[in-house]
Amino acid sequence: MAHYETRAEIEGLVTPFQVHRDIYIDQDVYRQEMKHLFANAWVYVGHDSQTPNKGDYYTTQIGDQPVIMVRHTDNEIKVLYNRCPHKGTKIAIDRQGNTGKFFRCPYHAWSFKTDGCLLAIPLKKGYEGTGLSDTENGKGMKAVGAVHNYRGFVFARLASEGIAFEEYFNDSLSSLDNMVDRSPAGRLEVVGAPLRYMHQCNWKMLVENQTDTCHPMVAHESSAGTAVQIWKDMGFTDDDPKPAAMEIIAPFMSAYEFFEDMGIRTWPNGHGHTGVHHSIHSKYSEIPGYMEALTAAHGKEKAEAILAENRHNTVYFPNIMIKGPIQQLRNFIPLAADRTLAESWIFRLVDAPEELTARTALYNRMINAPTSIVGHDDLEMYERAQEGLHADGLEWVNIQRLYQEGEDFETEAVENGTTERQMRNQFHAWVKFMTVSMTQKEAAE
Amino acid sequence: MSDVTRDDLIDFLYEEVRMLDDGRFDEWMELWTQDGHYWMPLNYNQQDPINETSLLYEDQFMLRLRIQRLIGARTFSQKPKSRCHHVIQRPHVDEIDNEAGRYRTVTRMHYVETRLDDQFLLALTATHDLVRQDGALKIALKKVELLNCDAAFGNIQLLP
Repeated sequence: MAHYETRAEIEGLVTPFQVHRDIYIDQDVYRQEMKHLFANAWVYVGHDSQTPNKGDYYTTQIGDQPVIMVRHTDNEIKVLYNRCPHKGTKIAIDRQGNTGKFFRCPYHAWSFKTDGCLLAIPLKKGYEGTGLSDTENGKGMKAVGAVHNYRGFVFARLASEGIAFEEYFNDSLSSLDNMVDRSPAGRLEVVGAPLRYMHQCNWKMLVENQTDTCHPMVAHESSAGTAVQIWKDMGFTDDDPKPAAMEIIAPFMSAYEFFEDMGIRTWPNGHGHTGVHHSIHSKYSEIPGYMEALTAAHGKEKAEAILAENRHNTVYFPNIMIKGPIQQLRNFIPLAADRTLAESWIFRLVDAPEELTARTALYNRMINAPTSIVGHDDLEMYERAQEGLHADGLEWVNIQRLYQEGEDFETEAVENGTTERQMRNQFHAWVKFMTVSMTQKEAAE
Repeated sequence: MSDVTRDDLIDFLYEEVRMLDDGRFDEWMELWTQDGHYWMPLNYNQQDPINETSLLYEDQFMLRLRIQRLIGARTFSQKPKSRCHHVIQRPHVDEIDNEAGRYRTVTRMHYVETRLDDQFLLALTATHDLVRQDGALKIALKKVELLNCDAAFGNIQLLP
């Protein structure tokens, strides 16, 4: 029997400082997330540099929904469900390509403009007088509810009605702004393919871990701690100039105080970031020529302000994280209650020195790859949790660190960098977007 | 040292994977030049290891860190430890230049890694750029191209 169908059942899974384990392990909860949360929220689709020319497309998923992101003849980005309205055949299978002026289904050659509108059907007279044109299928490929291209980052809302893009993200867009502003041209470009890392755990464990500042010095002692030890054994001190790899990995071993002082900011609708005042990215070496290029583009004051922000991880609820200072985006794609695909993308800052691209590529393979000595221990923790949560002795998961009674998630807040407030913020938003369409249904009745 | 023969190169490659299978990593680290790199591209036919993401592109510092981590007391993803097994075809010897002390081999292999109840298989092509230093063969570059490099993987914890 399916459960978690009603608003009360969903709300019962989240308390102010604990969440029920079924949130992570129950397949009915996962199905409800796909039906409600991932339909009502604004979900990241892709970057418009992946489809620079008309007819360029990229296939991906929003939650469990297969979609095509495509550049239409009017140069706008469209997001269409990846299914032929005829028999359901996926229209595009390759991850990216160019379809020309129209999509053509490989099964019966129904064709569609790149905004989804039906263009032609072979032997069309066979449908004369059948009423096909009165059906929704007869109109063409279905588009998602709404699409917004924010400075190259394409988000979509599957539901046709719902919260507007600006209201959903609001001030949290400052993190995306900072990442884009780091390009002297104000433009980013995707570089290469993403790392694709399969996790046998719930997608929310990965999202929560992005603002979990009490795990690096523990779970990553084996990699970062060993790196620091080898560095010492080589006769170097912490003040010696480090190779880029050491600059990246050593700060993972920073003391608790470092993470406490760096601060966490939360915004409404489940967004938030670590590294308000400083972060593990603050002390990277300057790249020759970069400051000059940024100053030429923005002026000295603005250029300095842009680089003074060293936000660590910004979570855009529900399922992506970006790192402004090193131009990365991680997309945690939920495949089942216990299965998540983590895609890690890197960007080039247009008109900035290529050494910055080399640094983000280095970071990506060191930290986010299936072959990463850092990723190995994260995945180990997630998968142990996914198994451990089946233990019946305790049913609740604790997210209580630095909890204060009466927390208000509808206003922005900056707090101690080790608080789990951002996790609580995510679950507040989780309930909101899981139940918003349930509420509407009840109100209509 | 007299000229390096085809058999010397093939023996070297067999011995290298045997060290990895036996977990004799300290010995394995001795096989490299000081600026040797281990490269595992992310993309089929990827040309650039620096300015694009790779699965691995590690210098001697990173390889040493990787090896050292495997034996650490708090290396949680290695409790219990992984084991690996290489099955290699007879290597192709594409270049023998004894005058310059440079050699290139291409070896197709199946790599199996296991931990707890899980086991996976990778099919791959390893290209070795070898040099002769102080009479011994050393690895200047080992490029490991996975047949399914663009697939989603779980943890790959040891080295193909």
